[in-house]
Amino acid sequence: MTRLLQRILGRLPVGWLQLTHSRGRLAAAIAGVSFANVLVLVQLGIAGALNGTIAQGYDLFRADILISAPDANTMTDGGNVARQHLWQALADPDVADGAALYIGTLTWSRTSGDTALQTFGIGPDKGDFLAPNLAPHAASLMRADTAVIDRMTRRLEPGLVATLSETTPLTFEGGGRTLSVTGAFTGGVGFSADGYMLVSDQTFLSLFPRRLSGAPNHLLIRLAPGADPAQVADRLRRDLGGDLRVRSMADAIAEDQQYQGTERPTGIIFGFGVVIGVLVGIVIVYQVLSTDVADHLREYATFKAVGYPHRYFISIILEEALILATLGFVPGIAIATGLYAALNTATGLPLVMTVDTALAVLAGTMAACALSGAIATRRLAAADPADLF
Amino acid sequence: MNKVASPIRVTGLNHWFGKNEARKQAIFDVNLTIPRGSLTILMGPSGSGKTTVLTLMGCLRDVQGGSVRLLDHELNGARTAEQVALRRRLGFIFQAHNLHGSLTARQNVLIGLEVHGGGASAAYVEAANHMLGLVGLGERLDYLPGSLSGGQKQRVAVARALVGNPEIVFADEPTAALDKESGRTVVEMLKALGRERGTTTVMVTHDNRILDLADRIVTLEDGRIVDDRTP
Repeated sequence: MTRLLQRILGRLPVGWLQLTHSRGRLAAAIAGVSFANVLVLVQLGIAGALNGTIAQGYDLFRADILISAPDANTMTDGGNVARQHLWQALADPDVADGAALYIGTLTWSRTSGDTALQTFGIGPDKGDFLAPNLAPHAASLMRADTAVIDRMTRRLEPGLVATLSETTPLTFEGGGRTLSVTGAFTGGVGFSADGYMLVSDQTFLSLFPRRLSGAPNHLLIRLAPGADPAQVADRLRRDLGGDLRVRSMADAIAEDQQYQGTERPTGIIFGFGVVIGVLVGIVIVYQVLSTDVADHLREYATFKAVGYPHRYFISIILEEALILATLGFVPGIAIATGLYAALNTATGLPLVMTVDTALAVLAGTMAACALSGAIATRRLAAADPADLF
Repeated sequence: MNKVASPIRVTGLNHWFGKNEARKQAIFDVNLTIPRGSLTILMGPSGSGKTTVLTLMGCLRDVQGGSVRLLDHELNGARTAEQVALRRRLGFIFQAHNLHGSLTARQNVLIGLEVHGGGASAAYVEAANHMLGLVGLGERLDYLPGSLSGGQKQRVAVARALVGNPEIVFADEPTAALDKESGRTVVEMLKALGRERGTTTVMVTHDNRILDLADRIVTLEDGRIVDDRTP
């Protein structure tokens, strides 16, 4: 290791030798950096899970363009869209088909507790607007009061789901109706709901009697082959009038994630957690490095007498900072990956350690450590070679 | 490298410590010209200012009044970068060895070489090994200072000061931690360097056992030169 660093630095790796000389302090410093890493990674993981759960709602549907109310900041927020806009949109030569999507939350009261099901209603003849894993279920929804349920729903026993079929449905009461669940698909739990459920538009309207068939939450639009989604979206925005939000599916997901990540308390809290983690890391590393500088003032003063310039000492401290960043990152990411798995098991939220996140945190750790090091170099002024005699 | 006949020329040197009312003059009108290749010993009771004069000449302390010309550079008003560059042409041996505790004997000596740039080359390692051999530590190259005796540490410090072929060596009680024999060996080594390479040595010492090796003995008292003789 000493040889390797010597080759990289082109000088004796004094920082490395100093750090490894006091093993106890090195271990404490690494533990501190790892702790900060874990803090940041877990917050990022949960924030990422928030984004993931936002996308997974949209991902149940296949459409080129989504038309929503002006205040529909998320999939479930905001007002409704008049269904007449669907007919207007269908008049556009580049629009091939469209579907109205109704969304509501249904409470399924069970002995084990209430389960909040985010319920989507869509015409059973609109199977091609559903994700491939949902589409085969569309036909079964033709019968009134049937539903397919998300098998990832919290507290839903896998045994219950495994036996579902049209002849052996699971029945439960909700919204004053008796629902027959005839199938299951893989959706995912979210922050606001315990799971998803898909019903026909007619069943939806009977489950939610106060909703009107003329006022769905969103309009899903499929374009004719070869049509440019951006152009059609612009045209629809103009033709439909009002200030409706006409966006591609990808844009809708991105805007929703942006909104929930920066304007909703949950998103802000996770962002705040990241900041706290970074600050903790900077303070710990600063503490270690400035103590290290204070302990080696005499040596540094001697080096100054030998004729080393100021930048040499800065490079030693930065060397130490980057070593701590690297050594702290390894256990940090290992522990965080373990915690991701534990949180995933406990909550069902999709916490995923991506290479991008890991690299970003490593780069951030290095930057934070370098910043701490830069602050710690201010103590170098106290190393005065005249005091050595 | 240009050979200066008198690498150190001190004229009218005054120095003060403290600020404002506490300001107190410590050095009074010191004049001293030291010829190349000589071994000069500064003597005097403690508090006489000999160490202050040494640090002023070695550009470890800013010159306040008077002139110090070191290797043809005026130190009064010299910028930090100039001071740092000059220090690389000097060697310092401190009373306390001041070795880096996390570095082995060899690495400590390498510190005296790497300051000249060029990175950690094999030639440097060889020079460091050779120098440690000369001070009798050829068997202790990879020892940390913590496992060396006081005398051995002091010899590593001597090796660190001399390995870069300094033009001037400043030493403060270099023999204090050494027994009579190794103390003499070190000073004889400095003297031989003066003969062979023209290395100039200025040494502060109380050690009477080595006075006979000096070319010149300067005695200070209360910040003034009171005696200047050749033994």
